[in-house]
Amino acid sequence: MMYRSLFPRDVLAELDRLQREMQQAFHLSPSIRGIARGGFPAMNVGGTPQSVEIYAFAPGIDPASLDVQIEKGVLTIAGERKLPEPAEQATVHIDERFAGRFRRVVTLPDDVDANAVEARYRDGVLRISIARKQSAQPRRITIQ
Amino acid sequence: MTDTTPVRKQSASDEAALLPPVDVIEDSSGITLFADLPGVPKDKLHLQVEADTLTIEGEIALDVPAGMEASHAEVSLPRYRRVFTLSKELDSAKVNAEFSQGVLKLLIPKAEYAQPRKVEVRVL
Repeated sequence: MMYRSLFPRDVLAELDRLQREMQQAFHLSPSIRGIARGGFPAMNVGGTPQSVEIYAFAPGIDPASLDVQIEKGVLTIAGERKLPEPAEQATVHIDERFAGRFRRVVTLPDDVDANAVEARYRDGVLRISIARKQSAQPRRITIQ
Repeated sequence: MTDTTPVRKQSASDEAALLPPVDVIEDSSGITLFADLPGVPKDKLHLQVEADTLTIEGEIALDVPAGMEASHAEVSLPRYRRVFTLSKELDSAKVNAEFSQGVLKLLIPKAEYAQPRKVEVRVL
């Protein structure tokens, strides 16, 4: 499932998750790049036996201005989000939306094929599908 | 226009939802509101103006391959909701909405009587 239920029945699992999130919040994450929460764009990462799926929630961006690169097993998403400047006489009451340049980096698993990447932008979400290498896919071995 | 935290009212709004970031800009003609709702297709966006309450709701619909397991999720709920209280001088019947690539733009004009008028000073 993509989404975590807020009130799962398994309370112990939820406490475990809470503890993990606390550790991440205090930068005790084992990943050298940590897990930046609250960054733009927000990212969800998932996987199937055939592919790795990355969803970047980047609304209102010209897809042509997005720069997606894979180098040495690291995926970088960079770009700029320009918001219209409010007119001089206007009053800004709430200003919460992200504006400016952004860059986010994700370490990819070892078994992905950097040449089989597909990126699509729809409803403000950039979806990047990276296929796993053929040799890494599960195979059923027939017994003779 | 004041921001009110999502209040538990009906059963439909009882489900947990993400609070989308917004920009609210006011000029002499009215209020412009921008909201970031990435992942929401046009048909899953619900806008409602009831009395002086504006409700923005959207369901996220992503193409997810069968059998996918999430390993990291920052967007952890499948819906957005945010409720605003409109002030009296806004004309809630004439709200204009545009929605494109996950960004909602709402124009809420001021009522005719509330438009600015220059008061002539007559010197007698």
